[in-house]
Amino acid sequence: MSTLTPAAPQSSTHASPGSTRARRGKTRMDPTRNNTAAGIAAWLLALLFASPVVWMILTSFHSETDAATNPPSIAANLTLDAYREFFGETSGVSPWPSLINSAAASILSTVLVLVLAIPAAYALSIRPVKKWTDVMFFFLSTKMMPVVAAILPLYLFARTIGALDNIWFLILMYTSMNLPIAVWMMRSFLAEVPEEMLEAAQIDGANLLLILRKVIAPVAMPGIAATALICFIFSWNELLLARVLTGVVAGTAPVFLTGFVSGQGLFLAKVCAAAVVISLPVLFAGFAAQDKLVQGLSLGAVK
Amino acid sequence: MTTATARISRPGHTAARPARSAKSRERAMAWARRAPLLPALIFLIVVTQLPFVVTLFISFLNWNSLSPTKTAFAGLENYVTVLTDPDLRQAIFTTIILTVSVVLASLLIGLGLALLLDKKFLGRGLARTLLIAPFLVVPVAAALIWKHALLNPAYGLVNGILTWIWSLFGNTTPPQLDLLSQAPLMAVIVSLVWQWTPFMMLILLAGLQSRPMDTVEAAQMDGATPWAIFRHLTLPHLRQYLELGGLLGAIYIVQNFDSVFTLTAGGLGTANLPYAIYQTFYYANEYGLASAAGVVVVIGTIIVATFALRTVFSLFKKEAAR
Repeated sequence: MSTLTPAAPQSSTHASPGSTRARRGKTRMDPTRNNTAAGIAAWLLALLFASPVVWMILTSFHSETDAATNPPSIAANLTLDAYREFFGETSGVSPWPSLINSAAASILSTVLVLVLAIPAAYALSIRPVKKWTDVMFFFLSTKMMPVVAAILPLYLFARTIGALDNIWFLILMYTSMNLPIAVWMMRSFLAEVPEEMLEAAQIDGANLLLILRKVIAPVAMPGIAATALICFIFSWNELLLARVLTGVVAGTAPVFLTGFVSGQGLFLAKVCAAAVVISLPVLFAGFAAQDKLVQGLSLGAVK
Repeated sequence: MTTATARISRPGHTAARPARSAKSRERAMAWARRAPLLPALIFLIVVTQLPFVVTLFISFLNWNSLSPTKTAFAGLENYVTVLTDPDLRQAIFTTIILTVSVVLASLLIGLGLALLLDKKFLGRGLARTLLIAPFLVVPVAAALIWKHALLNPAYGLVNGILTWIWSLFGNTTPPQLDLLSQAPLMAVIVSLVWQWTPFMMLILLAGLQSRPMDTVEAAQMDGATPWAIFRHLTLPHLRQYLELGGLLGAIYIVQNFDSVFTLTAGGLGTANLPYAIYQTFYYANEYGLASAAGVVVVIGTIIVATFALRTVFSLFKKEAAR
C-alpha cells in the first residue's frame, strides 16, 4: 500500500513537470497495448454471450427441417415460414390476443405507476417530508418480499371478487410490483434539479404548476422516460403472477410462450420466431434505456 | 435532512402571526407535503402488505381446498412439514445452491467483463450493447431457447458445434451432452448465469467509471503493477458495488420461477421454493402448507435483504451527502 499513496507522485509533479510528462507518455503506452488485448478479449466474450440471441434470430428465419439439424446448418436458406406459422396462418392459433394483453398490462400499469410515483418522488426529493429516508426504505422493503409469499391471498381475493382472468387485476398487480422501483429511480432524477433554480423561480413568484413545467420537467423528463421503459420491461417479462391470475382471456405473451415448453422438436424455428417477436419490445426498450438501465435495476443507488 | 428543515421554517411568515394559527398552519403545511406521497404509500400497503398478513394467517391453518370441511387451526404443523418433507426440504437446498452459484458465477464473469469494458477499444459501445442482449430477452423466451435451440441433445447448437468440430478431424462419433436430463440443475444455472452476468457487469462498470482516476494514474507513475492497482485501489472501491450486485441479484434469483418452470418443470431435484410453492397451492391445493413455505422464503429473504438494505443505504447516504 505504501507505494500507492497519492502524495508521492503529486510532489514529483510539482518538482519537475517536464519529467512527469515524459513518464506519463511512457505509462500511456502500456494501457494502449493492453487495450488491444482487452478489446479482442471483450469482443470474443461479447460474441459468445450474444451467440444464443444471434442463433435464436437466425433459426427463426430457417425452415423447420433446416433448424433441426446436427451439425447446425448456418448457411441454410432464409424464410419467413416460422413467423407465418407463429402468427397462426396455418395453425389457426393467433398470438395477437396475448400480445395485446401484454401491451395493455405493460402500458397501462406503467402509466399508473408514473401517476403514483411522480408525486411521491416529488414529496421525497424536492419538498421532502420529514423522515423521508424511512419512507424510501419502506418502499424498497416491499420490493424485497418475494411474490410467492403473497400470491395465494391475491389469487383467493381475485377468485372471490370474480377478477380472475381479468387484465385489470393484473394491471394493479404490476403497478404495485413496479411502484417501489419507480419511486426510487424518480427520486434520484428529481434530486438532480438544481436547488438554486427552484429558489430563483420561487422568488420570481412562479406558481407550483409553472415551476413543475418550466424548471422540474426539463431536468427530470429523460429520467421519467427511462423509468417508464424499465417498468414496461418488468411488466412485459412477468410470468408467475400472469400464470396464476390469468387464463384464456387475459393471458399475456409470456403465458402464451409457456405453450411451447413441451414443444416437439419439429417446431424449433417456430419457438425461435415466438421468442424473437415477444422479446422485440423489451430489446428496443432496453437498448433505448441503456444508460439509465443500471440506475433503474440497482434501484437508483448506483449512477 | 438539513435542507428539508431549512425549507420548512420560513421565519417571515410564522413570526408575524399568533402562535396557535402558526401551529395549525405548520400542521397544514406538513400535510400538504405528505399529500403527494399518500396515494403511492397507501396503494402499496394495501396491495403488498395486507396479502402477506393473510399468508401468515393461512400458514397456521390446515387448509386443502379440495377438502374444505377439514379447515382448522394447525398451529406449527405446516412449518414442521415444510422443514421435514423431503421434497420441500430439497426445494430449500435447491434454492440455496441455485442462488449462491448463479450469483457468484455471474459476479465473477461480470467483473471480468466490466474490467475489459472499462478500457477504451474499437467498437466498445457495440460490444457493450451485445453483452447486454442476454438480459433483454424475455426470461421465458430465454429459457425456451436454452431448452430447445441450445441444449436439446439431438439438434441443439451446443451438440451441433461439438459434432462440427469433431467432423473437422474426420471423427464421426463426437461426444454429445444431455445436460437437461443428466445435470438439469446445471442447465438452469448455466442459463441463469448467462442472463444475469450482464446485470452484474453493468453495475460493476458503473462502479469502475465512478472511480477517481487521479490515484490510479499516480500509482501507475509510481510503477505499481496492474495487479497491485487492482488489488489495492480498484477492488476496495468496487466492494460496495460487488455487494450491491450480489445482494440484488440474490433477491431476484431467489424468486426465480421462469427458468425452473420452463427448462425442467421442477423435475429431477431442480424445483426451487417459488416453484414448489406454486405447485403446492396450484396443483396440490395445499393452501396452508404453501403459505408456510412462503413465510419461510420471506424469512430467508429478510436475512439477505437486511444486508442489501445496508449496502444500498451506504451508497444512498454518499449520494445524499453530495
